Amino acid sequence: MDFPETKVKEVLDMDINLNDIKPGQRARVLDLTAQDSMRRRLLDIGLVKDTVVECLGRSPGGDPSAFLIRGAVIAIRSEDCCGILVRPC
Amino acid sequence: MGLTNSSTGANLAGGTRILLNTTAKKVIALAGNPNVGKSTIFNNLTGMNQHTGNWPGKTVSLAAGRWQDCTLVDLPGTYSLMAHSAEEEVARNFICFDHPDAVIVVCDATCLERSLNLALQTMEISSRVIVCVNLMDEAKRKGISIDLDLLSGRLGVPVVGVSGRRKKSLSALTDVINSADFPQSSLQLQYCSEIEQAVSALLPLVNTLPDMGIPPRWLCLKLLERDETLTAELLSRQDIQPLLEEAGAALSAVSLDHTQLCDLMAAAAVNAAEELCRGVVTYSAGKYNTFDRRVDKILTSRAAGYPLMLLLLAIIFWLTIEGANYPSQLLSNLFAKGQILLTDLFTRWGAPDWLHGALVLGIYRVLTWVVAVMLPPMAIFFPLFTLLEDVGYLPRVAYNLDKPFKRCKACGKQALCMAMGFGCNAAGIVGSRIIDSPRERLLAILTNNFVPCNGRFPTLIAILTMFFAGASTSSLLSALLLTAVIIFSVGMTFAVTKLLSATLLKGAPSSFTLELPPYRKPQIGKVIVRSIFDRTLFVLGRAAAVAAPAGLVIWLMANVSAGGVSLLNHCAGFLDPFARLMGLDGVILIAFILGFPANEIVIPIIIMAYTAQGSLLELDSTWQLRQLLIANGWTWSTAVSMVIFSLLHWPCSTALITAYRETLSRKWTALTALIPTAAGVLLCMLFTAAVKLLS
Ligand SMILES: Nc1nc2c(ncn2[C@@H]2O[C@H](COP(=O)(O)OP(=O)(O)OP(=O)(O)O)[C@@H](O)[C@H]2O)c(=O)[nH]1
Ligand SMILES: [Mg+2]
Repeated sequence: MDFPETKVKEVLDMDINLNDIKPGQRARVLDLTAQDSMRRRLLDIGLVKDTVVECLGRSPGGDPSAFLIRGAVIAIRSEDCCGILVRPC
Repeated sequence: MGLTNSSTGANLAGGTRILLNTTAKKVIALAGNPNVGKSTIFNNLTGMNQHTGNWPGKTVSLAAGRWQDCTLVDLPGTYSLMAHSAEEEVARNFICFDHPDAVIVVCDATCLERSLNLALQTMEISSRVIVCVNLMDEAKRKGISIDLDLLSGRLGVPVVGVSGRRKKSLSALTDVINSADFPQSSLQLQYCSEIEQAVSALLPLVNTLPDMGIPPRWLCLKLLERDETLTAELLSRQDIQPLLEEAGAALSAVSLDHTQLCDLMAAAAVNAAEELCRGVVTYSAGKYNTFDRRVDKILTSRAAGYPLMLLLLAIIFWLTIEGANYPSQLLSNLFAKGQILLTDLFTRWGAPDWLHGALVLGIYRVLTWVVAVMLPPMAIFFPLFTLLEDVGYLPRVAYNLDKPFKRCKACGKQALCMAMGFGCNAAGIVGSRIIDSPRERLLAILTNNFVPCNGRFPTLIAILTMFFAGASTSSLLSALLLTAVIIFSVGMTFAVTKLLSATLLKGAPSSFTLELPPYRKPQIGKVIVRSIFDRTLFVLGRAAAVAAPAGLVIWLMANVSAGGVSLLNHCAGFLDPFARLMGLDGVILIAFILGFPANEIVIPIIIMAYTAQGSLLELDSTWQLRQLLIANGWTWSTAVSMVIFSLLHWPCSTALITAYRETLSRKWTALTALIPTAAGVLLCMLFTAAVKLLS
């Protein structure tokens, strides 16, 4: 199957959300798919497009994970991480 | 933890109107992100003692205090003026609708960008904003420097740098408040051309509205944004329904959908804040938070996270039990001597027997028991726990426990309410305001009573020590047993939360974010002095108000007889068959019922009731107390039932009133009492039946 080059890239990007970022890795926010109140909350804590976030670790149960966002450490559940599309950097 | 009259008492839910009906010349609000030190600054200016703690969401209601001729209002923290939870709504409504004469936006110097986001939003609604950059000491330590003048120039409002914990550093802030010359024009957020167009389209219409004291431009933006809670507030003040429709039309005229608009607006503020900080904030040290990260790695690690939590809890219990031994002993001896003296006095005056009985054997006894046995552990546990809170450990507990709470379809922040419940269930219930989802908040309220509050710890400690830890010496064993009891109560919290999520409060876990603040050096001296002082006064006050009358009632019941049998025996006899099924006896149940206003009087009442009828023992050691209990038919299984029922019975009156205030529903309040009681009765009965079967 032949996809145009750009299309493939976009699809790949869209597949990566904050859950795929391992502790110690950094990523740049591409888009939010979270809705309503959570979307606004994420924007309020500074997760707008192009913001760089770093995964700091996971809680003992493996979820939630802690992220460094604009100088603050914020824990986000895996379900909510799905709504944050990123590109590793 | 909120444990004083001011935090559990009448002014908790306090309406803002009451606060503001004073003669103060000016009303000044302290706003800001959570955990930036608003309450600390408030306390240092007003001399009041609002509770502070190193975690976001400590303050959940308004507090007002007097500073010079101004009323200062401490608000709960919010990330933006778009409220998500009950406590944020309190703050948002105050800033938007109570028209404070000035708003001090407290910012975190170590995280200035995000703080400025709120400052910019506040400047949209109020023209009198002071930006107060707090935590300058912490920033300095972390190698962050901030050019305050440059920032002030860019914002067009006064900017001051302070370290809230140090009173002296606040003079910069007070100078600005006093001078009160606010520049006329300050920076206003600019949005993309589509939004600006829509605003211009709406502006003429909004200008026709009667004045609400709200800037028209801001009102336009909010109409476009259609924030539900805010719209409801606005609608309650004025009929803006037609305007809302106009706003919808204006939005589609510039071909933006609602989500796009909200994104653009939020992003505009975030980006503007980022832009403002460029050149204002400089980092000299590369990695300024390595220490925090290292500690977090340990405290939240897969291997050590949970064990360390338990270890910390056990250590706190051990310190409490060990530390309380000596003062308890001392006070008991002292009060025993006092009793002899008092009795002497009474006989010398030739006072009638009943008077001596009622005053000395009734009131004095119960009161001194509360002070000698119940107070010391409370006065030690409380500051220890507060220190843990001040360091910043509690949010890590919430972080660690979020997974199990999610399994119960609840919110990880419930762990914070639970932790506060260890101090006082009423405070835990109010604290549930930090939970965004109403369903999850109700879960937190309904299950808060499953963890024992400070007032129930001494009861648990006394029983565990007497019946399970062997003679009086082994504090360590008692501490371990108490830890096990707490694990049980947390387990019950999970079980009941899960059960409720599957039945009465069905639903999926909702989204949430939890901030993990930096670790901070606690203000040890201040915490100890304050909490001992607060706690002691509070318990003493409550003892006087509740323990004394209860002592009197019990004495009367034991000594007024009808038909040859004392009233106490009548009542105890009536409750006895039921109580026996639970492995208790009628007297114990009566004590729990009379202990409704304050849990710490349950054991004193039991003793009172046992001694009032029979031989008068000298009760100056736990060992003698044990003898008394055994003489009254207690066995190890009575003790277990007692522990279970102490953990699981109705909340005290304060907690119940608070639950009503928070839920505003008779049904949920009743359930707050019914659920733990039913669980307690059931478990006690099961346990007693099992013991009977096995022996
Ligand atoms: N080092 C340092 N710590 C501070 C300073 N100001 C406040 N703190 C600490 O920061 C923590 C939070 O302070 P609070 O006053 O409770 O913060 P708040 O803004 O009222 O928080 P919420 O009520 O949760 O919104 C406490 O542990 C304070 O002791 C400061 O200037 N320097
Ligand atoms: Mg506060």
